[in-house]
Amino acid sequence: MDGVVQLQRQLLDYTALLFQEGFLNDQFTQLQQLQDETNPDFVVEVVSLFFEDSERLLNELANTLDQQSIDFRKVDSHVHQLKGSSSSIGAQRVQNVCIAFRNFCDAQNTEGCLKCLQQVKNEYSLVKNKLETLFKLEQQILAAGGSIPM
Amino acid sequence: MESCNCIDPPWPGDELLMKYQYISDFFIALAYFSIPLELIYFVKKSAVFPYRWVLVQFGAFIVLCGATHLINLWTFGMHSRNVEVVMTTAKVLTAVVSCVTALMLVHIIPDLLSVKSRELFLKNKAAELDREMGLIRTQEETGRHVRMLTHEIRSTLDRHTILKTTLIELGRTLSLEECALWMPTRTGLELQLSYTLRQQNPVGFTIPIQHPVINQVFSSNRAVKISPNCPVARLRPLAGKYMPGEVVAVRVPLLHLSNFQINDWPELSTKRYALMVLMLPSDSARQWHVHELELVEVVADQVLNLIKPIASVKKLFISSSLAPDLPEFAVGDENRLMQIMLNVVGNAVKFSNEGNISIIAFIAKSESLRDSHAPDFFPVHSDNHFYLRVQVKDSGSGIDPQDISKLFTKFAQSQSLAARNSGGSGLGLAICKRFVNLMGGHIWIESEGLGKGSTAVFIVKLGIPECSNESKLPFFPNVSANHCQTNFPGLKVLVMDDNGVSRSVTKGLLVHLGCDVTTVSSADDCLRVVSQEHNVVFLDVCMPGVDGYEVAIRIHEKFTKRRQGPLLVALTGNTDRVTKENYLRVGINGVVLKPVSVDKMRSVLSEVLEHRFLFETC
Repeated sequence: MDGVVQLQRQLLDYTALLFQEGFLNDQFTQLQQLQDETNPDFVVEVVSLFFEDSERLLNELANTLDQQSIDFRKVDSHVHQLKGSSSSIGAQRVQNVCIAFRNFCDAQNTEGCLKCLQQVKNEYSLVKNKLETLFKLEQQILAAGGSIPM
Repeated sequence: MESCNCIDPPWPGDELLMKYQYISDFFIALAYFSIPLELIYFVKKSAVFPYRWVLVQFGAFIVLCGATHLINLWTFGMHSRNVEVVMTTAKVLTAVVSCVTALMLVHIIPDLLSVKSRELFLKNKAAELDREMGLIRTQEETGRHVRMLTHEIRSTLDRHTILKTTLIELGRTLSLEECALWMPTRTGLELQLSYTLRQQNPVGFTIPIQHPVINQVFSSNRAVKISPNCPVARLRPLAGKYMPGEVVAVRVPLLHLSNFQINDWPELSTKRYALMVLMLPSDSARQWHVHELELVEVVADQVLNLIKPIASVKKLFISSSLAPDLPEFAVGDENRLMQIMLNVVGNAVKFSNEGNISIIAFIAKSESLRDSHAPDFFPVHSDNHFYLRVQVKDSGSGIDPQDISKLFTKFAQSQSLAARNSGGSGLGLAICKRFVNLMGGHIWIESEGLGKGSTAVFIVKLGIPECSNESKLPFFPNVSANHCQTNFPGLKVLVMDDNGVSRSVTKGLLVHLGCDVTTVSSADDCLRVVSQEHNVVFLDVCMPGVDGYEVAIRIHEKFTKRRQGPLLVALTGNTDRVTKENYLRVGINGVVLKPVSVDKMRSVLSEVLEHRFLFETC
């Protein structure tokens, strides 16, 4: 039992840290609230969806920005999507970069865009890592017979 | 002495007596010869005489008799044997023929007599058929009459058309040979033939108005039988061979259109009338029946109502208000309800020279249904019908309370009523009463007195249609202090969002609140999937390449009535302030900023379901 409690505490601390560092925001808490007996894996499902979606979008962005003549409208549309997804799950830092990214798109600033793309990729992999760690912790708690603290 | 082989007349006798006999014989012969000639002439004229051979026989008999008498003339003096022989032959022949004729007549006379009785029988049969036709017509009569009136009320108030149609309809209903309307000329001294049924363009035939028959017709509001020889009835050449049909004339009250006073209702004494003349077909056994006369009187009376210009001339303000709890659809007899409305409102307009007319309609609750005016009216409530109560209040001339009970009686007249009805006989209200009763309701008029206006009230029972829309919005907030509902079980929601992640999140939110969620990722899918079952549709209006407003408009186009369509809530990620009017214009009921929290979603749904309206400023 001790182990479970410890794990739970670890989870809470870790989550708090993520919030503090701005990786996640209140929206993520909302998602967690939606998880219940009828929907036990809601958060994991949505986040997995986010991962898939984002990876696809980042690839698209890389391709589009790699072209000779960049189609900024297309870039903007991808970034818009990414912004939407990240804001839906509360990936705050990714969302913020996207906002800056869109501004560069409007200005048709290729360099700015490329820089942003890099930034977005970074932020994305960071938040992905964090979330995956989070989920692992949760799994451990569940495996140990405990329940996930809210 | 010469033997002359002559025959002496039997009696030498008197010269005088002989002379008279001679003359009589001559005339007898003359008559006897002319009778067959007359017979031949007249029988040739008529086609129907059945016994021609009898005539021949008779003719022969008469001719021979005549011959006998003629030859007799020769026997007064001395005559030769030949003459006697001829005489004898003639007599013998006459004897033979007359005996034969006598024998024949024994057979024929009964036949001839029976022809007469057959004729009488046929006449009776024709009268009976006519009576039966009259009964059939009675049944059709009311329907036709009302149909004609309302048809004319609804169509253009073109006086010429209305008068012509009145004549045509009357002619058809009563199967008349001719129908004519004589209008008074400008001078008022003559009547001019203005409209007839059969002739397309009647000649402007005029007759002076001062005629005893015309005066008789004008002095009473009943239909009067007049002689077909009267100048007003001599409209066409005698069509039949024997008998012109019976003619009836009735007065048609008219407004003095040339000097129409707006505030001054025309006095009865200066009334002008037109004359309507109706002729039954000639050579028929038809007679005017009481119910037919009644119909004619009613129509003549109502024609005035059709050609009067009414509210457009008077400055009347008509307002109507419908209670918000009235259902949008009801089951009932639309035509008859329309007729009742037209009649009641028409009366209100007719008897108000100025002021207001207000029409209110609401659902009658049981307390108000039990009225002192209708003590025996016990409405029974049920789930599939409701009672509609309509009140038409006017600020017109009002009614003396004593006369109220007579209002609904056909043809009732009284002193004050006469002024009110201006020549009309109030048939309209009688018809209304009948219809309202048929609809399981009641109609009455209240008035505080003359000059104080009146209110006509009627209640009718209408059905509520079976409609799946009944289950449209059952989510009214529970009766609790917390007006924000915590759960929305079974609320059908459609979410349109092209972003997979945010779609899942929104769906999760709604599912958490108990909704039944469908998601689509494109506007086309949304339009395809959206149906009357969906209560709310969440639209992401920030989808690139998609105009959210456009989608909203197209969703509403799918539903014929706004109330059938779902509530629309726009989800937007940007913080631009768009005016509420823009959203309302396209039929969007609410706007919410993404991302949406559970609490926010809960309150959004509560508000938009309760008020059909929510706008959040960011």
